[in-house]
Amino acid sequence: MNSERRGPGFYVLTAFFALFVLFLYGPLTTIFILSFQGPNGGLTFPMNGTSLRWFRNLLFEQQAVGDFGGAFTRSLLLGIMTMLTTVVVSLLAGLAFRRRFLGAGPLFYLTIASLIVPSILISLGIGLAFQVFGLEPAWYSSAFGAHLTWTLPFGLLIMFAVFNRFNPAYEEAARDLGATPWQTFAHVVLPIILPSLVGVGLFGFTLSYDEFARTLMTSGTFNTLPLEIYGMTTNVTTPVLYALGTVTTLFSMGIILLALGTIAVLRKRRARRIAG
Amino acid sequence: MTLTRLAPYLQATPLTLILAAFLVLPIATITMVSFWDYDSIQIFPAFVFTNYEETITSPVTWNTYINTLKFTVIVWAVTLLVGFWVAYYLAFHIRSATTQMVLFLVCTIPFLTSNIIRMISWIPFLGRNGLLNQTLMQLGIINQPLEFLLFSDFAVVLAMVHLYTLFMVTPIFNTLMRIDRALIEAARDAGASGWQILTNVIIPLAKPGIAIGSIFVVTLVMGDFITVRFMSGGQSASVGLMMANQIALLQYPAAAANAVILLILVLLLVGGILRIVNIRKEL
Repeated sequence: MNSERRGPGFYVLTAFFALFVLFLYGPLTTIFILSFQGPNGGLTFPMNGTSLRWFRNLLFEQQAVGDFGGAFTRSLLLGIMTMLTTVVVSLLAGLAFRRRFLGAGPLFYLTIASLIVPSILISLGIGLAFQVFGLEPAWYSSAFGAHLTWTLPFGLLIMFAVFNRFNPAYEEAARDLGATPWQTFAHVVLPIILPSLVGVGLFGFTLSYDEFARTLMTSGTFNTLPLEIYGMTTNVTTPVLYALGTVTTLFSMGIILLALGTIAVLRKRRARRIAG
Repeated sequence: MTLTRLAPYLQATPLTLILAAFLVLPIATITMVSFWDYDSIQIFPAFVFTNYEETITSPVTWNTYINTLKFTVIVWAVTLLVGFWVAYYLAFHIRSATTQMVLFLVCTIPFLTSNIIRMISWIPFLGRNGLLNQTLMQLGIINQPLEFLLFSDFAVVLAMVHLYTLFMVTPIFNTLMRIDRALIEAARDAGASGWQILTNVIIPLAKPGIAIGSIFVVTLVMGDFITVRFMSGGQSASVGLMMANQIALLQYPAAAANAVILLILVLLLVGGILRIVNIRKEL
C-alpha cells in the first residue's frame, strides 16, 4: 500500500481526525488557560489579567469547603493499592487461563460481567452489602473492592492479549535447559511481559484515581478526590475549580508519561540485550 | 493431584474471591433488598413486590427509561460513526507504525484523566458567556446567547460522546489492524471500488470490534448518572440518576428494584448485540 498516492479520502479523514483531537483536548486547554485567571476573573473568558492566585488559593489557603489535601492523599493511596492488586491478581489469573481448569468458562464470563454491570449498581450493591453485614464502609475496604471490579477485567483482558502473542518456545527452551518452573517464570516469562505489566499498572492506577460512580456509596466518611471535586462544582464559583482541574490533570498526565517512559526503556533494554 | 495440576486453581483463586465478594455478593444483596420494605427512616427485611409494582406502574419511571434509551441510541450512533472513522484513519491511512502508536496514544491519554474534570471543562466553552456564544455573537450569526448549549440534553450527549468515544475507537482499531491487507488488494484487483471495499470487506470484518465497542458504550450510557446530572443541570433524567436520587433519600429497596430492572435491560441489550455479532474469535 505504501507506493500508493494519497487520495482525497486521506485529506478529508486527516481533517476529521484533527477535529477529533481538537474536540478531545480543546476543552481541557480552556480550563488550563482559565486557571491562570487574574484575581478578579470569573469562570469564563475574557481573561481578567493573569495570576497564580487560584493555585496559591488551592494549595496553601484554607478552603471554604472540602479538604483537598486529605482527599488527594486518600485517592493516591487507593490508586496505588488498586494498581498493585490489579497487577498481581491479573497476572496470576492470566497465567491460570493459559491452562485448562475446571470453572475457567464461568470465571471468564464473571469477569466480563464485572465490566458491563453499571458502576452505580456496584456502588449500591457494595454499600448495601456492607450495611446488611453491619460493616462500616471505608475508602480502603469497600471502595477498594469497588475499584477492583472495574480494573481487574481490564487487567485480565490485557493479560489475554499478552499471552495470546507469547511464544511458548521460550519456556520450553528454559525447561529443556533444566530451569525449574519458578526459574522459568522469573527469568524468562516475567522479563518478556514486564512492559505489559506496567501498562496494566497504569490502567489500575488511573482508573481508580479518577473513579467516581463506584466510589459514591462505598467511600464511607471520607471523600476521595473525584468526590471532592464533584462537591466543589456545586459550591465553588471561582477559578480555583479550574486550578484544581489543571493540577490533577497534570498529575494524571505525569503518571501516564512516567508509565509510557518506563515501557519504552524496558523495551529498548530488552532489544539491546537480544541484539548484544 | 500434583502441584502443576493444582497451579491454575491457586492462580485463579484471588480473582474468583474478589469477584465473589465485590460483584456476586453485592448483586445478590441488591436482589434481596429489592424485596424488602422501607419507611422514611429505615429499611427492613420482608418479601414484598411493592418496590417493583411502584417502579413499573409509575409513568415517571417509564419516561426515565425511555429517556435513558434515547441517550443510549444517540450516543451509540455518534460514537460509532466518529469512532469508526478515527479507527479507520489510524489503521489504513497512517503508514508508519510509530506514528500510528503516537496518534493512538494521543487519543487514549484523555481517557486516563478525570471524567469530572473533562465535564467541567465544557463550562467555559458552552456556557452562556462561553467561548462558543461569544464567537457566534461576534461573527453576527446570533444576537442573543444560545441557552441550549450548556445544561441541556445536547450538552449531555456532547459530554458522553467526549467521554466514551475511545471505548469505540480501541476495539474497532484492534480488529481493523488484524484485517489481512491482501484481502483488500484482492478486492481491488477484482475491480471493487473504494466504497465497495469498505462495505463488502472492511465493515463485515470489523463487526466484532464494533460489537465490543457498542457493548461498552451501551452499558456506560445506560448506567450513567453523573454526566446526566452535571451536564443537564438537573433538567434531564436517567435511570442511574433516578437511582442516585432514591439512594440519597435512603429508599434503598426502591433503588434496588430499579437496579435489578436496569441490570436485566442491560443484559438483554448485550445479549442482543452478541446474537447479531459473534465476538468469540476476538477473545
